[in-house]
Amino acid sequence: MEQFSIVGKDVPRNDAVAKARGAAVYTDDMTLPGMLFGKILRSPVPHARIINIDTSKAKALPGVKSVITGKDIPKVKYGNWRLFADTQDEYALAMDKVRFIGDEVAAVAAVDKETAQEAVELIDVEYEELEGLYDVDATTKEGAPAIHDYCPGNVSVNRKIEYGDVEKGFGESDYIREDTFEVHAVSHAYLEPCSALAQLDLDGRITLWTSTQVPYIVQCLLASTLGMRENDVRVVKPFVGGGFGGKMELRTWEFCAAFMSKQTGRPVKFTLSREEEFLTGRRRHPMTLHSKVGFKKDGTLVAKDLRIVLDGGAYNAMGPTATFLCGNFGAMLYRYPNYRFHGQHAYTNKPPASAMRGFGAPQSLYASEIQMNMAAEALGIDPVEMRLKNAQVSGDKIPDVATISSCGFKESIEAVARMSDWKRRRKELKPGQGIGIGCYSFISGGVFNWFNTQYPFSAAEVRAFSDGTVHLLSMASDIGQGCDTAMKQMLAEELGLQMKDIRITTADTATTPQADLGAWGSRVTLMVGNAVLDAARKIKEQLFGALSARLNANVVYEMECKNGMVQPKGRPKKAIPFGDVVAMVQKSKRGEPLIAHGYYTPRDKGLVTPAFGFGAQIALVEVDRETGKVEVEQMWTAHDCGTVINPKGVEGQLAGSIQMGLGYALSEQFVMQDGKTLNTNFLDYKMPTAMDMPPSAVEHIDTYEPEGPLGAKECGEGLASPTAPAISDAVYHATGYRCKDLPITPEKILNSMEEGA
Amino acid sequence: MKHPIELKINGDIYSLAVDPWRTLNEVLREDLHLTGTKLGCGSGDCGACTVLVDGRSVSSCLTLALEVQGKEIQTVEGLAPSGDTLHPIQEAFVEKGAIQCGFCTSGMEMSAAYLLSQNSSPTEQEIREGLSGHLCRCTGYIQIVDAISDAAQKMKQS
Repeated sequence: MEQFSIVGKDVPRNDAVAKARGAAVYTDDMTLPGMLFGKILRSPVPHARIINIDTSKAKALPGVKSVITGKDIPKVKYGNWRLFADTQDEYALAMDKVRFIGDEVAAVAAVDKETAQEAVELIDVEYEELEGLYDVDATTKEGAPAIHDYCPGNVSVNRKIEYGDVEKGFGESDYIREDTFEVHAVSHAYLEPCSALAQLDLDGRITLWTSTQVPYIVQCLLASTLGMRENDVRVVKPFVGGGFGGKMELRTWEFCAAFMSKQTGRPVKFTLSREEEFLTGRRRHPMTLHSKVGFKKDGTLVAKDLRIVLDGGAYNAMGPTATFLCGNFGAMLYRYPNYRFHGQHAYTNKPPASAMRGFGAPQSLYASEIQMNMAAEALGIDPVEMRLKNAQVSGDKIPDVATISSCGFKESIEAVARMSDWKRRRKELKPGQGIGIGCYSFISGGVFNWFNTQYPFSAAEVRAFSDGTVHLLSMASDIGQGCDTAMKQMLAEELGLQMKDIRITTADTATTPQADLGAWGSRVTLMVGNAVLDAARKIKEQLFGALSARLNANVVYEMECKNGMVQPKGRPKKAIPFGDVVAMVQKSKRGEPLIAHGYYTPRDKGLVTPAFGFGAQIALVEVDRETGKVEVEQMWTAHDCGTVINPKGVEGQLAGSIQMGLGYALSEQFVMQDGKTLNTNFLDYKMPTAMDMPPSAVEHIDTYEPEGPLGAKECGEGLASPTAPAISDAVYHATGYRCKDLPITPEKILNSMEEGA
Repeated sequence: MKHPIELKINGDIYSLAVDPWRTLNEVLREDLHLTGTKLGCGSGDCGACTVLVDGRSVSSCLTLALEVQGKEIQTVEGLAPSGDTLHPIQEAFVEKGAIQCGFCTSGMEMSAAYLLSQNSSPTEQEIREGLSGHLCRCTGYIQIVDAISDAAQKMKQS
C-alpha cells in the first residue's frame, strides 16, 4: 500500500472555520444595491390548460418592477439530457398548460418581499381543468390523456438491457421467485432552500449566483433559454447548503432572476420557502419493480428479469438517468449470468421526481436485496453465505455495461458479519428483536455524456508560485460533501506541500477552467481528482526539468516533491525548496508564470462508470409488538471506497447516509392527495433527528482503485442504498412482516402481525 | 406603521424602525446583514435560525423583532471572543468534522452554547436531547454530538 503524508489524514475542512463562525456566504445571504425580490406564481391545479392570465392588477401595484408569464419569455425548452433534444420538456414558465400543483406560471419582481407576494396574489389565471393522473397505472393505460402532447401514452423513456439467455436461465433454475415492490418518494430535504441572485453586468452580460450542484449545466441551459451566448452568462456557486441531487438542473427561479435582471437592469433574487420546497420540490422517484429471479438449489444465481416503471411526475428532469441506472444497478452486486431489464419512465400530474442520492440504486437494490433474503430463507441458506457465493469480484464483466475494477465486496460482507457477530446474534435474538443485512454498489461518476458537454468531464488548473504557494482552480462544486478539501489534499500530496500552501478557487464558470459536469453521481473525487493530479504532474515535470539542469543530474534519476522541497528521489541533501524551483522554471521562461492544466474524461470505460464502490450493512432492530414502533439499536457497516482521502469526511458521508436511509426506511414520505403534497413542513415530513440515530460501527475495506486518483473512488452515495433493506430484513425477523412497499410503518407492521396471528 | 426599536445584539446597540410583523430573523438577516443566522424553514421546525435571547435559545424565525427590545441577543457572530479566535464550541465543530454543508451549523452551535450554559457536563443522551429541535441532513448528527461533548470538556478545563 502506498504511503501518503496528507491523504488519509483528518485534515479539517477548508471552509470549516468560516462555517463555524457563520461567515460563509450562501446565496440568500447576499444583497446587492437596488436588488429586487422575486416571487413565483404556481399552479393550484394538477392538470389544466391556461385560458388567460391577467397581470394588470399586479403590474399596477406600486413597487412592482416586473411581471412575466410564458408569453414574455423565449419559447425555448430545456432539460439536462441535451444529447437528446426530445427529452427536453420544460419551459421556465408554463406556455399553455400546467402539469402539477406547483408548476410555475408567472413571476414577479418587486422592491421588497411583501410587495412581491402581494403582486403574485393579484395575478388572475383562468384554467380549464383536465383530468389529473396520479399514478403510473392511470397514465400508462390505454386511452389515457397525454400529459405532454409530444408523448401519447405518457411513457417518455424506455431502456432495455439484455444479456445471456434469461428464459433458458429460468429453465435451468431450481427455485424461482417473482415479487413486486413499491418504493416511495422522499425529499432531499437539504437545509438550504434554493436561492438564485442575478445581476446584469455593466457590459450587458449576466452573472448568476445560485445554490446549485452544476454551475456549468446551469450556464449552458440558462444561456440557451435567454437566447444568449454561453460565455455571456457567468454562473457562480457560493456556499451551498446541501443538494443530494435536488439542485442539479436549471430551475425556473434561476431563469427568472436572470431574465428579470436583464429586463429591469437591477439585481433580482429569488429564494424559495420551505413550503414551496416540499410542495413542489424534486424528490426521489417512486417506482414499481417487478423482479423475477432464478437460483440453483445451492443458492447460485442463474437469471434475473427486472421490469421497472418510474413515476416521473410532470417532467423528465433527471428521470432518464434514473431509468438507465436502475437497470445497471439491477445487475450489480451479484453475478447474474442471464439478465434482462426493461425500465419505463412515465409522466404523472405530480411534482417531478429527479436525481436523489443513490440515483436509482436505493430503489433497484431494495428489490434485489429483499429478494436475496427471501430466497436465502426459502433455500435454507444463510443470507451472508448466499451473498458470498454470488458476489461480484474484481475483473467481472457485465456485458456492454462495465468491468469491475477494484472490488472489496466479499471482504465487506465478511467484515460486517464478523463485526456484528452475525451467526451467533441471529440465534440469540430476544423476542421482538431482528437482524438483517443489505448491500450496495455504486458508481464513481457516470461515463455517458447525456449533457453532451463539449469539454472534458473535469478540469483543473494549477498555478505554482515562487513563494512556495500554489493556486488550484476548478469548476468542481463543493455543496457540503467536502470536495474542495479532498482536492487540496490530493494536490498537496502530489506536490509535497501543506494544506496552507494551497489557495483554491472553484465553481465560477467565468474564472475556473472549462469545464466540470458538477457534483452528482459521486463523480467528483475520481474525475476532478484525476484532473488535479494531471495538472500537478505537468507542474512536476517542469520542476524536475529545472532541477535536473541545476544539478546537472543523470537523466535516469527519478525526482520527487516532498516536504516542501524538490529533490532527486531519496536524496534530501540535494533538495531545493519548491518555490525556488518554481522561480528557476519561471526565469528559464523569462518570467512566464508556471501554470498547468489537467483534464479527465472517461474513455473506453463501458457505459456506466470507471469504478464501483461496494459495501455491506447490518441492522439490529427491536420492534414494540404493541405499537409497531421500530427502534434501530445498532448499525454495522463495512465499505470499500478505495483509498480514503479524508477519514472524517468519509465517516461523515456514511453517518449522513444512515440518517437518510433510516428516514427512507421508516419515517419519511410525502402524503399526497389528488396530486397535492399535504405535508409541507418539517413537522409533518418526519426526518430522523439526533434522538433517532443508532450507534454505528464502521470498517473501511482496504482497496486501491487503479482508475481513481491515488486509488480513491466513491463514498457519498452508495451507502444511501443498504440501510432500508437491512432494516426491512431485521423487521421481518422481528415480526414476520416482509415489507414490499416502503416505508415500513407501525400500521403496516401491526396489520401484518394481526393477519399472521 | 414602523416602530422605532433598539436591539442589543452581540453587545452592540442598533436603532431601527421595523414593521410590527417582522421577525427577529428578518431583521438580523435583511436589515443588519448578520447572515450567520440562517432561515431553513420559517416555522420553528429545523433550528437553523437559533439565537440566544437573554441566554436562552430561541427560533429567530418565530420571534418578532419587537418582542426582544431591551433583551440581550447573541448570534453566531457574537460567539467567538475575537475575529481571529474561535469559541471552544466552534473549535470542536471544526476539529471533529461536525460541519458539512454548514447550513445548520450556527443554529447547532447556539443551542450547544445554551445547553452547556445549563449543564457543563452533559451525557451523550442529554446532548442528543439538546439537539432534538435541530435538523441536519448531512452529518447524521454523530460528529456534532462528538463535538459538543468535546467542547464541554475543554470548557470545563479552562
